[in-house]
Amino acid sequence: MEPIIELRNISKKFGGITALNSVSLEVNEGEVVGLIGDNGAGKSTLIKTLVGVHQPDLGEIFIRGRKAEHWNAKKAREAKIETVFQDRALTPQQSIVWNIFMGKELRYPLGFIRVKEQQEEANRIIREIGFTSKLIDAKSQVGNLSGGERQGVAIARAIYNDAELIILDEPTTALSLIETQKVFDFVNNIKAKGRSVLFIGHNIFHVFDISDRFVILDRGKIVHQLEKSDVDSPESLIKIMKETVEKGE
Amino acid sequence: MNKEFTINSFISENSRPLSSLFYFVLIMTIFFTASPEVFFSTKFHQAVLTVYPIIIFLVIPLVFVVTMGEIDLSFASNFAFASWIFALLIKTFSVDPFLAFLLGILAGAFIGVLMGCLVVYGRISSLVASLGALFLIRGFLFVVSDSKSITIIEIRKHWIYDLLVGKFFGFPMQFIWAGIFVIIAYFLYHRHVFGAHIHHIGDNPESAAQMGINVDRTRIFCFMFCGIGAALAGMFSTLVNFTWWPTQGFGYLLLALASVFVGGTPTWGGVGTIFGAVFGSGVIAYMETGIVAMGWSGLWRQFFNGLIIILALLGHRFHGNRIR
Ligand SMILES: Nc1ncnc2c1ncn2[C@@H]1O[C@H](COP(=O)(O)OP(=O)(O)OP(=O)(O)O)[C@@H](O)[C@H]1O
Ligand SMILES: [Mg+2]
Repeated sequence: MEPIIELRNISKKFGGITALNSVSLEVNEGEVVGLIGDNGAGKSTLIKTLVGVHQPDLGEIFIRGRKAEHWNAKKAREAKIETVFQDRALTPQQSIVWNIFMGKELRYPLGFIRVKEQQEEANRIIREIGFTSKLIDAKSQVGNLSGGERQGVAIARAIYNDAELIILDEPTTALSLIETQKVFDFVNNIKAKGRSVLFIGHNIFHVFDISDRFVILDRGKIVHQLEKSDVDSPESLIKIMKETVEKGE
Repeated sequence: MNKEFTINSFISENSRPLSSLFYFVLIMTIFFTASPEVFFSTKFHQAVLTVYPIIIFLVIPLVFVVTMGEIDLSFASNFAFASWIFALLIKTFSVDPFLAFLLGILAGAFIGVLMGCLVVYGRISSLVASLGALFLIRGFLFVVSDSKSITIIEIRKHWIYDLLVGKFFGFPMQFIWAGIFVIIAYFLYHRHVFGAHIHHIGDNPESAAQMGINVDRTRIFCFMFCGIGAALAGMFSTLVNFTWWPTQGFGYLLLALASVFVGGTPTWGGVGTIFGAVFGSGVIAYMETGIVAMGWSGLWRQFFNGLIIILALLGHRFHGNRIR
């Protein structure tokens, strides 16, 4: 089985900073990969390169075994890869509807938008996601939502589009316990459908629970890849992280 | 859902265009109370009738550009560039006026695309880039025309004159064209992916790019739209006057910009209003011509123009600050 996505020797520099140093990574069908690492390790840069937001300086990207040419964010979404970015990638002055359908509007021919359909779909989605406030409808501006609600919009958008690979960059940071649990339910749901998830998180306990495999990134390099069977508890995962980081110093 | 709630939500969802409408009504009321006889005379409205549609062609695309978080000043020169192509083709090359009209639009679009490329690939701020282009194009026109105007009085006999600026039961055709332009622009702005992408880019270009919107291409298209509007305005003006002249359009620079902001589109990008801009243009058009028609001293015109702009913008402040 071909991996959904494969990175080969990806390097990326920002000026003098080497954010990624020859990173190779693959995500297979139906697996949840937990990507962990310290602040500034390059996790977000890695996924932004993976989905075509950044162009790598070196290295290659393969989508289902085929080399990606002129890879960009639009093509990534067309290849059924959806991302919840760390900064959420929302436009606060626009409505929830427009944010959910940003870049993938429901269209008539000639590019006119199916306004009513979008509206109905968006209302359905936010009800499904279960926004805390009942007052919210899909026409509200995203900038008036709470941090957790905004995150809900970003997650709803990724789930709505029926992706085969969903990338979540610290999706639970602003969420309450109940909402966090909801996100885990989503992830498990996606996995149950045979889809793949690349999960980035600071909380090792969270990552440990939902991932099948762990990838540890340190200062732009992948220093460890472990199957869940290789580690028995989150504590030992933390221990492994610490050791590899200390070795690097 | 009761009726009151619907009216309230209509008002809150359309507060910007509605307050622009309010300013327009206010101005008209002032003119009316000052002198009802003049207000109902044709001479009061006649001058406006020629200026208003031209401002509309300029202002509507500017709303798009400002919503996208950019600005384009070059429209005031592109106005004369496109209409120069138009007049020159008719006069010197005896091209069919309809074909010349299409080529004029193409010329305006071309300058717009160049502007867009300058901003996108040259990475110059659009304010500075278009300021440069404003002078550059105007300078070019002075040189190539040797500062001489071109008269195309013969256009009067061609069907395109009647179609574009003739009278329809005594009503100037350019109003109908401007109206069609506004309606198309409204749908483009609110119900088309182009408009949606423009809003997203003006709001947060990084988010837009991350969600796969082609930010560069949308920006270039938007500047192209601005060029098309300028071309239409320029050619309508040339048709109405039967003349192209080298300084044509320059007077519209500040009027069109003022109309955008009086119309309720804020400077920061991400939001704007088409109908607001129509009312804003109305305010500016009537201020321009009404004061003199009223028989008041023309010396006061700029003063009142400035006053109304500042008051209107203070009024729009009540719509709040940018949401982040
Ligand atoms: N657009 C950019 N321009 C310049 N430097 C950048 C840019 N994006 C990331 N960097 C740098 O690259 C390095 C890796 O950043 P990145 O955001 O990928 O880390 P991260 O692992 O996601 O950290 P965190 O856990 O805090 O989100 C950092 O040193 C950062 O300063
Ligand atoms: Mg990050």
